[in-house]
Amino acid sequence: MVKVGYKSIREISGPLIFVEGIRNAGYNEMVSIETPDGQVKSGQVLDTSNGLAIVQVFGATSGLDNVNTVVKFRGETARIHVSDEVLGRVFNGLGDPIDNGPQIQSSEKVEIVGDAINPYSREEPSEFIQTGISTIDGMNTLVRGQKLPIFSASGLPHNMLAAQIARQAKTLKSDDQFAVIFGAMGITSEEANFFMNEFRKTGSLNRAAIFLNLSSDPSMERIILPRVALTTAEYLAYEREYHVLVILTDMTNYCESLREISSAREEVPGRRGFPGYMYTDLSTIYERAGKIRGKNGSITQIPILTMPGDDITNPIPDLTGYITEGQIVMSRDLQRKGIYPPVDVLPSLSRLMNQGIGKGSTREDHRGVADQLYSAYANGKDLRSLSAIVGEESLSANDKSYLRFADEFEKRYVNQGLYEDRTIEDTLSLSYDLMSQLPVGEMKRLKKDFIEKYGKWK
Amino acid sequence: MGKIVRVSGPVVTAEDIEGSKMYDVVRVGEMNLVGEIIRITGNRATIQVYEDTSGIKPGEKVETTGKPLSVELGPGLLKSIYDGIQRPLDVIRDKTGDFIKRGYTASPLDTKKEWDFVPVVKKGDVIKPRQILGTVQETSLIEHKIMAPFNVSGTVDEISDGKLKITDVFAHIKGKNGDTKLTMRQDWPVRSIRGVKSKLPPSIPLITGQRVIDTLFPVAKGGTVAVPGPFGSGKTVVQHQLSKWADSDIVVYVGCGERGNEMTEILTTFPELQDPKSGKPLMERTILIANTSNMPVAAREASIYTGISIAEYYRDMGYGIALMADSTSRWAEALREISGRLEEMPGEEGYPAYLGRRLSEFYERSGNAIIDGSPDRNGSITIVGAVSPPGGDISEPVSQNTLRVTRVFWALDASLASRRHFPSINWLNSYSLYLGELLPWFGENVSKDWPEINGKMMSILQKEAELQEVVQLVGYDALPDKEKATLDVARIIREDYLQQSAFDEVDQYCSVKKQSVMMNLIMFYSDQVEKATSAGVSMEAIQNIPSKEKISRVKEVKDKDLQAYVADAMKSIENDIKAIRGDR
Repeated sequence: MVKVGYKSIREISGPLIFVEGIRNAGYNEMVSIETPDGQVKSGQVLDTSNGLAIVQVFGATSGLDNVNTVVKFRGETARIHVSDEVLGRVFNGLGDPIDNGPQIQSSEKVEIVGDAINPYSREEPSEFIQTGISTIDGMNTLVRGQKLPIFSASGLPHNMLAAQIARQAKTLKSDDQFAVIFGAMGITSEEANFFMNEFRKTGSLNRAAIFLNLSSDPSMERIILPRVALTTAEYLAYEREYHVLVILTDMTNYCESLREISSAREEVPGRRGFPGYMYTDLSTIYERAGKIRGKNGSITQIPILTMPGDDITNPIPDLTGYITEGQIVMSRDLQRKGIYPPVDVLPSLSRLMNQGIGKGSTREDHRGVADQLYSAYANGKDLRSLSAIVGEESLSANDKSYLRFADEFEKRYVNQGLYEDRTIEDTLSLSYDLMSQLPVGEMKRLKKDFIEKYGKWK
Repeated sequence: MGKIVRVSGPVVTAEDIEGSKMYDVVRVGEMNLVGEIIRITGNRATIQVYEDTSGIKPGEKVETTGKPLSVELGPGLLKSIYDGIQRPLDVIRDKTGDFIKRGYTASPLDTKKEWDFVPVVKKGDVIKPRQILGTVQETSLIEHKIMAPFNVSGTVDEISDGKLKITDVFAHIKGKNGDTKLTMRQDWPVRSIRGVKSKLPPSIPLITGQRVIDTLFPVAKGGTVAVPGPFGSGKTVVQHQLSKWADSDIVVYVGCGERGNEMTEILTTFPELQDPKSGKPLMERTILIANTSNMPVAAREASIYTGISIAEYYRDMGYGIALMADSTSRWAEALREISGRLEEMPGEEGYPAYLGRRLSEFYERSGNAIIDGSPDRNGSITIVGAVSPPGGDISEPVSQNTLRVTRVFWALDASLASRRHFPSINWLNSYSLYLGELLPWFGENVSKDWPEINGKMMSILQKEAELQEVVQLVGYDALPDKEKATLDVARIIREDYLQQSAFDEVDQYCSVKKQSVMMNLIMFYSDQVEKATSAGVSMEAIQNIPSKEKISRVKEVKDKDLQAYVADAMKSIENDIKAIRGDR
C-alpha cells in the first residue's frame, strides 16, 4: 500500500512536529519522517484533530525543516514482529536488530501497547524463585510473576546485583524453559558492556533478548523500548511457555523522557515537573508482569531505578513502589561499610512473599524467621542510634545483645560474595545462628514448635 | 450522527451528536468504545472515553445512548467481579480472552439464570416506591429483596411466583400515570444519590476482629474511615482484613487503580475463607469492582460511583455494607488527568478545584440510614477509603480533603511497617471520633470494665512516648523503677496486643471477647508489677520472669482454650513475682 507523504509541517518544537492539511490520523498512529538529507525517523501521533496531527519524533529533530521534510502516516499503531528468533539477538529501542543479523519475521505483527490483562484471568504468583541472595530469599522473597524493583542510587552496585539474580535465579522445578529480556534505557555503553559480558560469560546470551538504548541514543525511543521488550516477553511467556525474567534499567531515564515529552507538550506538570499521568503510564509497564491461568509461562520483572539524591520520596521511586509488589532498597551506608549487596532490608519488601514461602515451598518457619529478623534488626539499629547519644554503657545487657546482633547480621547475613549462591536452607540456618545470640524469650515472632525444632539456643 | 473532531488520550471531542446531554453515555468510533459526555460547548461535546483510544481518528462516528452512566441492579450481583463501568470480567474473559479487548460489552447480570421469586405482596395491595415486593435467595448468605423502583407506586394488579429470570415481568402495577410492568432488573444512574428518609447517629461498632481497630480506634456501622499511608505500609492488607472479618452483611471492594494481583488474591482466597459468623464462604457476600492501574483511567474515575451505587442498593434492602475503596488517591489522579486534558484551571498540585467537593459527596453517601418504603428499614454503608499520599506526606490535597470529611483516621506508619509491626496503625497519630459514642456499647455488650481498661491502655502508650524522649537524653538506666515498669507494660501492649498477624490462622481474627480477656491479662500484669515496684522490687528482676512469655503467646490460643490459659497465666505471673519478692 502506497502511503501519501505530506510536506505540510507547520511547526517544529522540541521533539514535537505539527503537521496540517492531512487526511485524518489515528491517535497513537505510527509515522515515518524523511528528512531532506534522506534519513528516516519514526514518530507517533499524540493528538489528532481534523486535518492536524501533533507527532512526537523518536530521535533528534535536528535536520528537520518545514519545507522539504516528508511525513508519512503508516495507518497502524506501533507494532512489532515477534518470534522465538529474538533470543540471542540485540535490538534498538524500536525493536530493529542492531547486531547485523536478519530482521525478525512472523506472520502477524503485535501491538506494543498491550491490552490490560483481565484481572479475572490472572493467576496468583506463588512459585518461589531462589536467587541465592539471603536478603532476598530469606526476607524479601521473589516469586514467579512478580514485579520487584531495585531502588538504588548512583554509585551503588545495582547492576551487579541484577546480574547476580539473573545468573542464579532458579526454581525447584528444573524442566522449565527460561528466557531473559534485558531492556536498557539510557545507560552508558560501559554498563551495557558489563551486562553483555555477564550474559556471554554465563552462557545465557543465547536465551536472552537484548533491547539497547544507550545514553547517546535518541531519548524518545526510551518511551517505546519497555513496551517493545514486554511485548516480546508476553509472546515468549504466553505463546511459547517460557518463564521470562525482564530486567529494565534504568527506569529513572524512562521517567525523564516522559517528563521531556510532557513539557514539550506544555502540559500542566505534577510533582517535580513529572506529568500527572506518570502513575498510569508506569502501571502499563509494570502491570504487564504476571501469570495467566491455564498458561505455563510467566513474566517476572526486575526494574532498576536510581533514586535522584537517594530520596525514596522522589516521584519515580514513589509511584513505582505504589505499583510494584515490593522493592529491594540499596543503602549507601552499607556500601560504605563494604557490604555487598548493600541491601537495606528494613525499607525493602516483597508483597508476594507469603504466597511463595512456607510448608511445601521453602520451610514452615520461614515467615516467623523473617519477621523475627526484621524486628530484631530494627531494634538493633534503633539502639545503635541511641547508644551514639547516651553511650553503650547505659544500655541494658539485653539491649547490648541486640546491638551485637545488628552488626553480625550485616556482616554475615547481608554480606555475601558476588558469586556466592546460598540455598534457602543455608539462609534459614544462618538466621538461627544469628538469632541464638538473643534471649530465646524475646523470640515472639517464632512459634514455640519451630524454636524447638530448628532453634540453636543452648 | 456525531463525528469525532479531535482525539487526545482518553478525551475525545465530537460534533453534532443528536440529543447530547451532560453525562450521557455515548459510543465512540467504529470500535464502539464506551464514553461519557462531560462538557458541551455549542454543537461540540467533550467525551471521556472509558477505553484506550489508540487508532481512533477524527471523522469517525459518535452515537449517544441517551442514558446516563448506570449500573444494572438485581439478583446476581453478589460473587461478581466487574470493571469500573460494571462490565463482568468473567464473561469478558470467556468472550475475548485473557486480555481485555476494546469495544466489547456484556450484560452485568446473568439474564439466563432463573431465580426463585417469593412474593410478599399480593394482588390488590397498594404499594409505595422502594417497597419490598418479594425476595430471592441470592446466595446462601443473602436474601435479595426485590423493591419497587423509585418512581413506581399504585395497586398490584398481578404478581408472579416461582422461577423467574431477571428480565421477566413479575408484577403489573396500576398507578395514577398508567400501568407499569416490573422486572427484577433495574437501572440506576451512578452519579445520583439514592436518597434516604433520615440518617441515624452511629451507635454500633463495626466489629473487625482487629485488636488495634476495635479497641483503640473503632468505626461505627455507617461511619467513614480514611487510611492514608506510604507504599508498603499495609493499606491493602488492612482493607483485605476488614473485608474478610468485618461483621457487615455485604462487602463491596473497589480496587481502583491498584494492582491486578491483589484482585486475584481476593478472587482465590475469598471462596475458601469462612465467614466467622455463618461458616459460609466469604465470597457469598462479596462484590468486586476491579479497575486496576493499567486499565483505562476514565473507567477508574467511574469505578467508585459504580461501587457505591451497588452498596446503596443493598442498603435499601436493609443490609449493613462495608465499602472498601483502594485507593481514592488513584481515583483523584484520574480526575486530575481528565481535568488536565480538558485544560481546566488547576487547583492545588494540579488537582481540579472541585476535588474536595467530589470527595465529600462520595463519603456523604455513607451512613446509618432509615429507608422509607413500607416497612421502614434500617441499613448502613461504612466507607473505608485508602489514600496513597505521594512520599507518605499527608499534607497533600487528597489526604487533607479526605480527613476533613472522615471521622476515623488510621495513620499507617512506614517505620512500624519496616520493623514488621502490623497492622502498622500508629497509636499516637490515629483517632476515632466515634470512640466516645461506641465505648458504652462495648461496656454493655462485651465487658463492663472495657471503657476503663481502654482508657488505661491509651494513657500507658502516651506515657511511653513521653518517656522515650527522656530515655533519648539520659538513657534507660537513669529512669526510676516505676517508669521502667510503664515502659515494660507499654512494650507488652505494643508487641503482644496491638501487633496482629494477618496470616496466622488463629491470630488473624480476634473476637471482642478475646480482646477483652487479653486486655485484662495485660492489666493484671501491670497491676502486679506496679505493686511489686512500689514495694521496692527492681524492674531488672521482674523484666525477665518466665511467665511473661505466656502473655505473648495468648495470641496463638484458640477461643475455647482461652479461659483456662489466661487463668493459668495469671497464676504463674503472681507466683513468679511472689518468688522474686520472697528472694529479697
